[in-house]
Amino acid sequence: MSRPSSLIYDRQVRSLVFQVLLILALVFGAWWLGSNTLVNLAAQGKTLGFGFLTQTSGFQINATLGTWLMEYNVGSSTYLDVYVIGIINTFLVASLGIIGATILGFTMGIMRLSKNFVIRGFATIYVEVLRNIPLLLQLFFWYFAVLRSLPNRRGQIEIFEGAAGINITGLYLPAPLPQDGAGIVGIAFILFIIIAFWIGNWAKKRQSETGQRFPAFWAGAGIIFIGTALVYFVMGQPIDWSFPVFKDAGPLLRRGFQIGNGMAVIPEFIAVWLALTLYTAAFIAEIVRAGILAIAKGQTEASYSLGIRPGTTLRLVIIPQALRVIIPPLTSQYLNLTKNSSLAVAIAYPELVSIFAGTALNQVGKEIEMIGMMMIVYLTFSLLTAAFMNWFNARVKLVER
Amino acid sequence: MASKAKTKNVISDEVMISMENVNKWYGTFHVLRDINLTVHKGERIVICGPSGSGKSTLIRCLNRLEEHQDGTINVQGIEINNDLKNIDEIRRDVGMVFQHFNLFPHLTILENCTLAPIWVRKLPKAQAEEIAMEYLTRVKIPEQALKYPGQLSGGQQQRVAIARSLCMEPKLMLFDEPTSALDPEMIKEVLDTMVELAEDGMSMICVTHEMGFARKVANRVIFMDEGQIVEQNEPEAFFNNPQSDRTKLFLSQILDH
Amino acid sequence: MANARDKKYEFVRREDAPILPPPATEAGITGWLWHNIFESMADYSSIGAGIRSLSMAILSVLILYFGGAQIYALIDFTIFSAVFSDPEGIKREACWTVDQGGALPSGWHGACWPFVVAKQKFLLYGAYPAEELWRVNLTGLVGLVGLVWVLIEKLPYRREVGAAMLTLYPLMAFILLTGGNTDTEFFNIGIWLVIGLAIISAGRLGKRGFLGSTFSEFGTLIGFTGWVFLIFNAVRGVAAVDFGLEPIDTRDWGGLLITLVVAITGIVASLPLGIILALGRRSEMPVARLLSTIFIEFWRGIPLITVLFMASVMLPLFMPEGVNFDNLLRALIGVMLFSAAYMAEVIRGGLQAIDKGQYEGAQAMGLSYWQTMRLVILPQALTHVIPGIVNTFIGLFKDTTLVSIVGIFDLLGAAQSTIADPSWSSHVQALSVYVYVALLFFVFCFAMSRYSIYMENKLSKSRSH
Repeated sequence: MSRPSSLIYDRQVRSLVFQVLLILALVFGAWWLGSNTLVNLAAQGKTLGFGFLTQTSGFQINATLGTWLMEYNVGSSTYLDVYVIGIINTFLVASLGIIGATILGFTMGIMRLSKNFVIRGFATIYVEVLRNIPLLLQLFFWYFAVLRSLPNRRGQIEIFEGAAGINITGLYLPAPLPQDGAGIVGIAFILFIIIAFWIGNWAKKRQSETGQRFPAFWAGAGIIFIGTALVYFVMGQPIDWSFPVFKDAGPLLRRGFQIGNGMAVIPEFIAVWLALTLYTAAFIAEIVRAGILAIAKGQTEASYSLGIRPGTTLRLVIIPQALRVIIPPLTSQYLNLTKNSSLAVAIAYPELVSIFAGTALNQVGKEIEMIGMMMIVYLTFSLLTAAFMNWFNARVKLVER
Repeated sequence: MASKAKTKNVISDEVMISMENVNKWYGTFHVLRDINLTVHKGERIVICGPSGSGKSTLIRCLNRLEEHQDGTINVQGIEINNDLKNIDEIRRDVGMVFQHFNLFPHLTILENCTLAPIWVRKLPKAQAEEIAMEYLTRVKIPEQALKYPGQLSGGQQQRVAIARSLCMEPKLMLFDEPTSALDPEMIKEVLDTMVELAEDGMSMICVTHEMGFARKVANRVIFMDEGQIVEQNEPEAFFNNPQSDRTKLFLSQILDH
Repeated sequence: MANARDKKYEFVRREDAPILPPPATEAGITGWLWHNIFESMADYSSIGAGIRSLSMAILSVLILYFGGAQIYALIDFTIFSAVFSDPEGIKREACWTVDQGGALPSGWHGACWPFVVAKQKFLLYGAYPAEELWRVNLTGLVGLVGLVWVLIEKLPYRREVGAAMLTLYPLMAFILLTGGNTDTEFFNIGIWLVIGLAIISAGRLGKRGFLGSTFSEFGTLIGFTGWVFLIFNAVRGVAAVDFGLEPIDTRDWGGLLITLVVAITGIVASLPLGIILALGRRSEMPVARLLSTIFIEFWRGIPLITVLFMASVMLPLFMPEGVNFDNLLRALIGVMLFSAAYMAEVIRGGLQAIDKGQYEGAQAMGLSYWQTMRLVILPQALTHVIPGIVNTFIGLFKDTTLVSIVGIFDLLGAAQSTIADPSWSSHVQALSVYVYVALLFFVFCFAMSRYSIYMENKLSKSRSH
């Protein structure tokens, strides 16, 4: 009986039949779920459709970047605006969280590698404690235990005299009000950055031709800051600052931070940002540590034995190799942070889940459409991150035989 | 018996390395005991001994990859201590080749070789590349210059490592078991390179088990055991007439198979 | 050559150099102190080095002060200043300062442990009726014994106990915790059992060639389907038996009970699905690969909170009319699907780590795909991925706190609701119970992560023979 030819034939047929069955099962499953859904929706008197997006929303949203950018107004803004505001606020807390977590995480990771026991021990305790306590609990801790114990709205803790203060209603900071001419300062800033990069390139060429090194980094940084400051003053300081105004005398109900002055950061945002930053930093610290440890000791030794100094070794030999190992899991953590921002729904920070899948869903009731719209946002983030990671991995892959 | 290599140079009187009463501990373990050693310019020294005898530790103390706790080490008149300037100067003139090559995998062969000349000796890129190609030709793999270490065989990588150290034009080369991690068929190509180097007059200290190499090239063989120098002699006297019992035991173990 | 011969290098050591004790900087406590603390502050050979050493010293002092203050504050809060008992039963007043009307000195700040102790039952079991707590405790005890048995290497029958824990224990736990006696008719179950048996027999006959050639090809698959029917309905049958236990609605479950149920069910249930997805993603069949990849990337791309929302809000829509879904079950399904995607990636990593030679060796012996998987590949892969699975479990364990947002009372949800109890309200009420819950989570998760590291070290040692 044979016969290699019939065996291959069998395998191919089997695989084909299996896949066809799989597709059929999928189609059948989808049809079954779909018909159930339609029946259930009809029973509740609902229909499918995205028309609700043009309806005006019926609820107030806390003052945040999103509401400010979209000029949110109850009674004139639509649910589509609510959707966009949610995305903006998610994006805001996620990006600031990523910046904070990266800085803190890298610092903690490097501290964990220190020879000094005190520094190393501190970083280790930080990492182990924050990694093993749920994020939601940490969020509650910051929001309910810490921020709630700040002075009430009639009092404040001053951070800088007359310039910034904090109480239970939020953190009040000076708000920049660009005047005429501020645009020129901005353009100058960008120009100086370009010049700094150009200097960097010039210095590299010079080194490759003559071997001499030029402190391009400091020169560039100096030009950017000093140059922009000069232009700022030359233009007559075209940024007005609106400082928060705090009244602590007079009728009781009028005391506290006056609305309309300065920039208010709501405590929900502070709590979410703090929790996300501290929690994710612990994971980033471990990733950084593993990345640096992954570089064999021999690399450092070979570099030292060639006479290359520790600082230069770090820059040219260790960090390029470590980054290859660090960046993939690092981008994973960034994605996790973005997804974790959805926990803000527990303390009503108005990000996407909170206002769209929370309050708005309660008012509109179109579960499938709204949850679908929400998932698309997160899936887009994930796909972009995955695409970036694939591109990065392919680009920096060490060439091997 | 392998014919003695035709050494170009003359061993001068100039002292390159002097180690006096050097002791080192790892925790409570006394790993180097009372090391006294003087190396003149032009010498080719082979250090052998059982594993754990401190041979690698000894040569690693010479470029401060390891720190000694007692005694003095002088390289070219400069004392090795915590002073970073001294360490920098010494490392510029002393090259090292490792057992596991330690090439930089993210740089091309050429970039591996030009890294130190550019950043330490501050040479222009073109000049550094010229020097690099010259040494790569000397180790007989100039055509690999633009490849990456991962694409080369073990023997080729080790030869690149030798060329990389040579690009800094050191006065002394240290070899830490350079062939121990190689497949047998590649050992010869690396040893040949080292023999050529010796014939051209490079001072070198070699920790190795390759006794054929010692016979061919070395002017002195040192036997270490348990952290101390037990016996040293010229190669012929060393191999044919070992004095200490420990030396005899060691030689019987490695020469018989 | 003549020059070389003239030099006399001959040297033979006559006396061994003494083995000396190390200097103070190398050994013992002074050695440790030097290398771990003072060495980094001692280098002043150049300006740069001096600045570095000084900053290390300053930083260390700052951290000692700041860190020490925080650690002291924590210990003070939980032990030194804490109130431990409330003998007169005055509840919240036991934790009030004189300014608030109590007995403690002004400015007092410490844990109110009588409050936490009083809420213990609620935090651990939720609203589970007190007389029936023995059922929860029994389930927990059996689970713990089973787990420890599987983990300790010296004990016999580990594999059998492990298999029983994965299959029989969930059924037992279900019956004990909910009371069993589900509303399924035995007649209905009986019919399905018979159908299952029939399918198995058809598969068997098909394999032996009695029913034509097409059937023989799919004999294994048919038999497998039959077994699935059989086992599924056997389980339904056992769950339907009336053991005389009082039925307890899952709405009454709460606290640590829910946390453990969600986490453990999530992991155990997601394991088979995760294996299938991992195999699918690596399969050569493009349809299987595509579907698996889409499934995995979809569930990994959305936050767990949206999964829970989906499960609690959309799941009832997807089911035919009249099928009523227990709230906890919805969350469990969501958690299971979510966790299966992560599990699949972990298992896929393990499969990739297996040498290709294993597949080839099995093929050379003539094993079929499923036999290869079952007998050769998966046992090896699963051992390799145990650290990964434990890490996923730790993550899941922490993520169970999210179910409190969709109205299921887990440990954190229970803690939140105890804070709302006015009879215990004080300025340390929230902090006391948060510290307690944080300690519980920390101990669990830290222990599991240590175990995972231990397993990883063990596995990497055994791999590199």
